[in-house]
Amino acid sequence: MLKIENLHARVEGKEILKGLSLTVNAGEVHAIMGPNGAGKSTLGNVLSGRDGYEVTAGTVSYNGIDLLALEPEARAAAGVFLAFQYPVEIPGVNNTYFLRAALNAQRKQRGEKELDSMAFLKLVREKLKVMQISDELLHRAVNEGFSGGEKKRNEIFQMAVLEPQLAILDETDSGLDIDALKQVAQGVNTLRSPGRAFLMITHYQRLLDYVVPDFVHVLADGRIVESGDKSLALRLEEQGYAGVRHGAVA
Amino acid sequence: MNEIMNEQSSTATALRDNAAVAEALGRSYSAGFVTQIEMTGLPPGLDEDTVRAISAVKGEPEWMTNWRLDAFRHWQTMPKPDWAKLNIDPIDYQAISYYAAPKKQPKSLDEVDPALLETYEKLGIPLHERAALAGVAVDAVFDSVSVGTTFRKQLADAGVLFCSMSEAIREYPGIVQKYLGSVVPTGDNFFAALNSAVFSDGSFVFIPKGVRCPMELSTYFRINAQNTGQFERTLIVAEEGAHVSYLEGCTAPKRDENQLHAAVVELVALEKAQIKYSTVQNWYPGDENGVGGIYNFVTKRGDCRGDDSKISWTQVETGSAITWKYPSVVLRGDRSVGEFYSVALTHHFQQADTGTKMIHLGKHTKSKIVSKGISAGRSSNSYRGLVKMEKGAEGARNYTQCDSLLIGKQCGAHTFPYMEVKNPSAIVEHEATTSKISDEQMFYCRSRGIAEEDAVSMIVDGFCKQVFRELPMEFAVEAKKLLEVSLEGAVG
Repeated sequence: MLKIENLHARVEGKEILKGLSLTVNAGEVHAIMGPNGAGKSTLGNVLSGRDGYEVTAGTVSYNGIDLLALEPEARAAAGVFLAFQYPVEIPGVNNTYFLRAALNAQRKQRGEKELDSMAFLKLVREKLKVMQISDELLHRAVNEGFSGGEKKRNEIFQMAVLEPQLAILDETDSGLDIDALKQVAQGVNTLRSPGRAFLMITHYQRLLDYVVPDFVHVLADGRIVESGDKSLALRLEEQGYAGVRHGAVA
Repeated sequence: MNEIMNEQSSTATALRDNAAVAEALGRSYSAGFVTQIEMTGLPPGLDEDTVRAISAVKGEPEWMTNWRLDAFRHWQTMPKPDWAKLNIDPIDYQAISYYAAPKKQPKSLDEVDPALLETYEKLGIPLHERAALAGVAVDAVFDSVSVGTTFRKQLADAGVLFCSMSEAIREYPGIVQKYLGSVVPTGDNFFAALNSAVFSDGSFVFIPKGVRCPMELSTYFRINAQNTGQFERTLIVAEEGAHVSYLEGCTAPKRDENQLHAAVVELVALEKAQIKYSTVQNWYPGDENGVGGIYNFVTKRGDCRGDDSKISWTQVETGSAITWKYPSVVLRGDRSVGEFYSVALTHHFQQADTGTKMIHLGKHTKSKIVSKGISAGRSSNSYRGLVKMEKGAEGARNYTQCDSLLIGKQCGAHTFPYMEVKNPSAIVEHEATTSKISDEQMFYCRSRGIAEEDAVSMIVDGFCKQVFRELPMEFAVEAKKLLEVSLEGAVG
């Protein structure tokens, strides 16, 4: 589904990604771990097309198309979703309205029929139930006045409604207490399916106790330096990143 | 019968929706067309004879002519106001024609020239009552005269008087003489004095004691003739316990010359009366290089004359090259309430200096001001507001919220709040914010699939929510679309 080859990217003139390669197949859950400043969030931002990230070399093929050539909204319509590390507030814009506009904008780009309010509301009700999220979130403005946990839950809820093929979770676990973490993890697990892949960017092993990944990668200094299964995450927890990086260089 | 009415009104709405879509696709000022119709009028120029001529053509009584002449003489002695943050080329008052009207003066709606009906049809304001928007009575003012007023009979049955100002002067001189100029005196300011001298028409509303007006009333102002100024005068009186909601809309053709619009609106609310006045102002704003557009100098003031009365102004201002407008409320009666909700959007080279005045005289009077300014392009957008607590305003309160949103780097937003508090028990609160549409917000929307322009509309709409929900439904939809069209090309 996703094939990243030798990806180099710069932010404000500084090279952050230095030859990153990664292959993700449908149905797989990949965890990307690594120390601060390794380029984890940059990877998420480059894949979803944020301004200010300049790709200087390499390719990203998504379902056979050149992902980097698409505008952010076209990537979204093609099924790429980024759960933000810091979800953005949009004052005065109702959460439900926003989500319906997003879903219909995507459907329109894909040449599908837009959902009317009744059909959309039905969909939202279903998803709320599955995700065990209270409908109180729907009546508020997008992320306005939300607690950290509510913001992250809202991201997962958006993901559930938009049903992406490739979901990138950028430190969705950071700043969550254990109950909120469990709820977010449960949401992700519910959405796991053979047709959908996850790229979970995280600092800590903690999340991986609840969402068990198929692969764990260590990202250091702009490259994947080690890959393995979930046991790699446990080892990182014990030894820290310093050992891994040292091992990679050796 | 009811069913048929509903069906037709939904057709009318659908037509308006289609027009709005076409407008959005056409990416231009869709109300910019010119109506070809035989006109009559006065040549450019302004002196006492002009004032007399206007009064004569309207068949006005002598007291009215003298009232105008007094105003004119006063005007000649007045300096032009220059305190607003506006750059205005000098206006040549002798180059303007002060009266223009369609040659054929209809006696009733059935006799209105088809070209005029078509004009209003195109603007989404059908004047035939069978096609008209259900529940909204319209007075249509074309250049200097009212061309028709719908639903008059239904309103008359309820005791509501709704007609053109010219007609009111002839038919209800007692009421007009009692209230005209009682809120905005002829010498109030330069533009109000000019208006008092040469106003040609406008709307008149009188809601007698205890009556709740059975439908929304509205006036649609259209400037068509070239080199003509529009000077309309509106007077709304709500007697004890009466309620009325009034809407006002405005458009003009695209022209390279600036045109002058100087209106006066007076509202009088007696004891326990309530007046809600909503405006969607879409005068031609000029092109993207700042050529042409309407100069909009308007004096709007409401007088809460009776205890427990309430006057509420809601305005959405997207048009005009220059806007100079401060809808105000004099809170005379005890416990009276004044409100001002405003969205002012400027783009390209538009300049707006707008706000309100809340003058608290009575005890325990309350006022609320919510102003939302949106600036794009190279425009300049200023909020100017006065909150005055006079000596007798025991326990009076004001709350002001003033937010500015900037789009792009070349526009300006300014806030000039003035406060005068002479009663120590009065409470005045002021909150102000200035924000930009952030790259973060844009990327968040786009990463969810929403295109750039739609994201801007959505963010702006959210910013204006507090004001839009004060508008009657029909108008809120209209206002939202208008903002979208006005913001085209503001990003990217």
